[in-house]
Amino acid sequence: MELVMSAAIGVLGGCGVWLVLRPRTFQVVMGLSLMSYAVNLFIFSMGSLSIDAEPIIVPGVPPDLAHYTDPMPQALVLTAIVIGFAMTALFLVVLLASRGLTGTDHVDGAEDPDDAPPGAAVAIDTTPAADREHA
Amino acid sequence: MIGWLGQGMPHLIAAPILLPLFAAALMVAMGERRRAGRALVNVLASLLGLAVAVALLVWVDGEGVPGVYLAGNWPVPFGIALVVDRLSALMLVLAGVLGAAAVLYSTARWDRAGVHFHPLFQLQLMGLNGAFLTADLFNLFVFFEVMLAASYGLLLHGSGTARVRAGLHYIAINLLASSVFLIGVSMLYGVTGTLNMADMAQKLAAVPASDRGLLNAAVAILSVAFLAKAAMWPLGFWLAPAYAAASAPAAALFAIMTKVGIYAVLRVWTLFFAGGDDASAAFGSGMLVVGGLATLAFGALGVMASQRLGRLAGFSIVVSSGTLLAATGLGLPALTGGALYYLASTTLAVGAFYLLIELVERARAVNVDAPEPDDDTDHLPFALELVELPQDVNLDDDEHALVGKVFPAAIVFLGIAFIGCALLIAGLPPLSGFVAKFGMLSALLNPGGLGDLGATPVPVAGWVLVALLIGSGLVATISLARAGIRYFWAPQDRPAPRLRVVECLPIAALLFACAALTVRAEPVLRYAQDTALALHRPSVYIDAVMSARPVTQPSWRPEASAKEGGT
Repeated sequence: MELVMSAAIGVLGGCGVWLVLRPRTFQVVMGLSLMSYAVNLFIFSMGSLSIDAEPIIVPGVPPDLAHYTDPMPQALVLTAIVIGFAMTALFLVVLLASRGLTGTDHVDGAEDPDDAPPGAAVAIDTTPAADREHA
Repeated sequence: MIGWLGQGMPHLIAAPILLPLFAAALMVAMGERRRAGRALVNVLASLLGLAVAVALLVWVDGEGVPGVYLAGNWPVPFGIALVVDRLSALMLVLAGVLGAAAVLYSTARWDRAGVHFHPLFQLQLMGLNGAFLTADLFNLFVFFEVMLAASYGLLLHGSGTARVRAGLHYIAINLLASSVFLIGVSMLYGVTGTLNMADMAQKLAAVPASDRGLLNAAVAILSVAFLAKAAMWPLGFWLAPAYAAASAPAAALFAIMTKVGIYAVLRVWTLFFAGGDDASAAFGSGMLVVGGLATLAFGALGVMASQRLGRLAGFSIVVSSGTLLAATGLGLPALTGGALYYLASTTLAVGAFYLLIELVERARAVNVDAPEPDDDTDHLPFALELVELPQDVNLDDDEHALVGKVFPAAIVFLGIAFIGCALLIAGLPPLSGFVAKFGMLSALLNPGGLGDLGATPVPVAGWVLVALLIGSGLVATISLARAGIRYFWAPQDRPAPRLRVVECLPIAALLFACAALTVRAEPVLRYAQDTALALHRPSVYIDAVMSARPVTQPSWRPEASAKEGGT
């Protein structure tokens, strides 16, 4: 259980960080989403992992973490999911606005001058994403 | 006054959060058409919020102990508590003053540049006030997000390529910082089993040695989120472009946003590590000092390199952040007191400067289409091609024409306000910037207090901070004088700009507030010192929070309610 959780958090977090460092806005959005999944799982795991335990107290069972799972991280995760979802949606809108205004999906709003010829910065880049990766 | 205020306590503590919330809801419900009505609601709510903040400050200062409000009447470590102590009250008043000034200013022009300026503005105030008041770490995260979500909207207000581009970076950085924040909070919850900051501070002493490393890592991760907000080097590169791109009233309100990061560091760090002398005492203070000094140096370089006034103001925020972080990290109560006075002075000054910049640049752009240097590419300061010389002004031949000409009132106002802002930001006498720097230097050079001469040696970091404080003041003087020459002194053939009273009034009010800080320096410094002493003795705050008891319910009579239910 612990191994699966930590591997999941690690893979999601690692992919998220790599994508956030990419130069295209869509990749950054995906990276931020993956990071927030990793963080949500992490919060969840902070309340001691347990199988087949519920957070609602049943009469007759002593109320401690040996018999129940901690309800607090679940509440925190719920809040974090809602906030993260809203912020990602907002970021997507800004991404589209940036794409519309600058004509490129580079995070700086202009192509890297080392990679692209001058003048290409304002032209709408229609090359497929796979080709752009190699540029 | 105190007795009268005591009637409203502790419920008044919730007012700085509820008031902007209801004002924003009302403005959304009013619809987009009633622009004047919305502006009126916004101005009234901001002024009322300022009045509430001042009342809280007076109450806290009179009472001497923090006031605690238990939201929902839940007992302390379980429910969400709101706490107002001297530091919170000071920050509330600063946010209130800046908010009122910015909203007045925005009614002249800027609120027409987009649809939801007024509701967003109130929500931003709600997030700020909530972050200053909450006593719960996760709730702090929620209010951070409220504040940030509103700030994304305000940053993009007015649209345009520059704002969208800066906003994209700003949002991405803040989303990442929020993830880091959550990791830190959940680790702290995992170690201590609570989210209430006072309860957590109490339980830190009982953390076993095997969990010490986890605890320190959690606090370090959490502080990365705070320090990114406070724009510590190297986490603060987002600040100058974002703030320079924002519209003037939004940027003026953003002047207090970095101070939220500083506030969070001060609050959490002093609560957790200033009191006891256990294994984690003063954990991270070295990092705060080194980071603060690096930020200060970086900010000073940025101020020197800035061409546009907006960037100059952004880097002066970085300078003030660095100063505050380094002063906090050194952990001397007297120094923290001086730093808190500096915080008040610099926040108001930079807010006024952001409002002023727009007027100055408008005055310049009236009919001279000056080349606008874009600082995203590197320019030498004062590069030759930027010194534009109008063709039809010949100073040698027509010099007598300038003699005896009356300055237009608008230029006089802009000039005096610019000088005021420059004095405040550079920390020159006679305004409060000087008093603040003097207070900090005096505390730095006499670490044992004024009584013991040379008995306590000044630490090396203290000397570096002294040098950087003075050096950054010099650099700011040079840069602001250079900008002043370019904007006010260079011969330009242009008509006087037309300014409106609602635009000049907030700037004058903010500068007047700084002047009042100077004239009434003694009570304000006394207040700042009391705040610093309370921060360095966190037991007062912890006891106040932990001893708060829910209000006892009126006795519930089952037979009476059963009878009512039956009828």
